[in-house]
Amino acid sequence: MSENLEVKLEVKELVKVFGSQPGKAIAMLEQGVSQERILGATGQTVAVNDVSFSVRNGEIFVLMGLSGSGKSTILRCINRLIEPTSGRIVVDGKDITFLPRRELRSVRQKQLGMVFQQFALLPQRTVLQNTVYGLEVRGVGKDDREKKARKTLNLVGLSGWENSYPDNLSGGMKQRVGLARALTNDPAILLMDEAFSALDPLIRQEMQDELLALQRHLNKTIVFITHDLQEALKLGDRIAFVREGTLVQVGTPREVIENPADDYVKRFIHAIVGEKGGATHVSLAVRPVG
Amino acid sequence: MYRLPLGQWVSQGVDWLLNHYGPGFDAFSGTAGMVIQGLRSVLTASPWWLIVLVIAILAWRSGGRKLTFGSILGLLLIYDLRLWSAFIDTLVLVLISAFVSIIIGIPLGILAAHGKYLRRVILPVLDIMQTMPSFVYLIPALMFFGLGTVPAVFATVVFAMPPVIRLTDLGIRQVPVDLVEVGEAFGSTPGQMLWKIELPLALPTIMAGVNQTMMLSLSMVVIAAMIGAGGFGQGVLSGISQMDIGKGFENGLAVVILAMILDRVTQGLTRTERR
Ligand SMILES: Nc1ncnc2c1ncn2[C@@H]1O[C@H](COP(=O)(O)OP(=O)(O)OP(=O)(O)O)[C@@H](O)[C@H]1O
Ligand SMILES: [Mg+2]
Repeated sequence: MSENLEVKLEVKELVKVFGSQPGKAIAMLEQGVSQERILGATGQTVAVNDVSFSVRNGEIFVLMGLSGSGKSTILRCINRLIEPTSGRIVVDGKDITFLPRRELRSVRQKQLGMVFQQFALLPQRTVLQNTVYGLEVRGVGKDDREKKARKTLNLVGLSGWENSYPDNLSGGMKQRVGLARALTNDPAILLMDEAFSALDPLIRQEMQDELLALQRHLNKTIVFITHDLQEALKLGDRIAFVREGTLVQVGTPREVIENPADDYVKRFIHAIVGEKGGATHVSLAVRPVG
Repeated sequence: MYRLPLGQWVSQGVDWLLNHYGPGFDAFSGTAGMVIQGLRSVLTASPWWLIVLVIAILAWRSGGRKLTFGSILGLLLIYDLRLWSAFIDTLVLVLISAFVSIIIGIPLGILAAHGKYLRRVILPVLDIMQTMPSFVYLIPALMFFGLGTVPAVFATVVFAMPPVIRLTDLGIRQVPVDLVEVGEAFGSTPGQMLWKIELPLALPTIMAGVNQTMMLSLSMVVIAAMIGAGGFGQGVLSGISQMDIGKGFENGLAVVILAMILDRVTQGLTRTERR
């Protein structure tokens, strides 16, 4: 397979401005005015500023960054829960940036799964009913969709819980349902916005291990948001550092640790290894390549 | 000095409506009257204990022992006071008004929740509906629909429907953002969004609106009786005209009993539906 075909998802020159006059903000951006000044002068929030990256088939691509840096906005532009102000989103070689609603729905149904930080399970539905949601929306018959849902529930270790309600589940189990719900649709791409951040540390590690185990035979293309570097190093094939809406560095965990691009990245790394000479120590936590 | 001929405009408008659509209103009033009369005949023809039994079962399913016991006792009292046919009349008025309020109110609430501009139009109209003294719209109600239960339902709906609209609007807007995102992210159509996500989540709030609507329609029974709706309101009215405090009290108490039963049963049903 050629290098080009392997790219599953491309984000090109993505800009997102929140506010009623994005044109103004973009003009100022082009003149090199800072985001802070733009916000002060026009009230427009530049949340994402010229972000480009591509994710290869089967890769886990992590977006790292402080709160408010624009990670969620980037992720939501990928499935257009947030409409990009400018730039392109290319899924599987197809530009979806201007896709009309109906076709966009079909792309969301079949190609882009999403897992949410606060699980976002429908409280009036059982675990099984939550898990079938995507297939139900696609009009798949009841028997068929429940069969598939039971399979993914089994995959995430929730067999026997089909008829429980979300309220009666622990956080870890809720997120297993959230994961199963996304996987039941069998999308090639999974968007995970701080999917494990709401979990206790131990459960969180367990879920990380499980995601990696699942990934070994599911081979999804995953965009994963976190602000925990440990998690990024453990899960990520590549990590992108987001700062004030721009990518300051994209690289493998090893590259990032050994060659942090700037102080922003260094701060994250020092936070987990201490000021001095922790690189070798950290690399132990890095998943071996292949 | 110039005086704005506001009243004149309104009466001209009503006249115009009557001249152009008079037969339409008559026909509507006729059919609606027949439907209401039909429901009333069914309930009147049913043995009284059967109705008590049905209500007791509803009470049992929604509230448990205490509510069941209390409902039976209250209904027995109403029967014993020879108020059973008034009870049927009032029950029919309240149920029909609630039904009409739901049929009109929920769609309006949904529209209000989705359209910022529409909400800006609807909400002030609701304020007017609730604060305009009901006697004012009794006059056109009578002109359009004649005497009887139909204008009473009309007046009751005008006064009692706003909570359904308001709480449907509120319930839908209160659906957590991330659940709306789930709907979007999985590619739901707007219809699926409404039926699978928004309405189920808004249901408890909508039911609170229905409950309020029923309570408000009960507060309209005396006014409804003034235009010929009968029921407990009729009893209260004749109590007033005959200076018969006993009669007035008995009918008033019956309204309270019906209100308590409807209130607890609708609240209870909402709760059980959630689980
Ligand atoms: N709907 C919106 N309207 C206006 N501004 C917004 C909106 N959503 C996000 N923003 C702003 O855009 C910027 C980026 O927000 P975003 O949610 O993408 O950050 P994040 O990196 O995901 O942060 P966190 O780690 O807290 O989730 C922030 O300054 C935020 O205030
Ligand atoms: Mg975020």
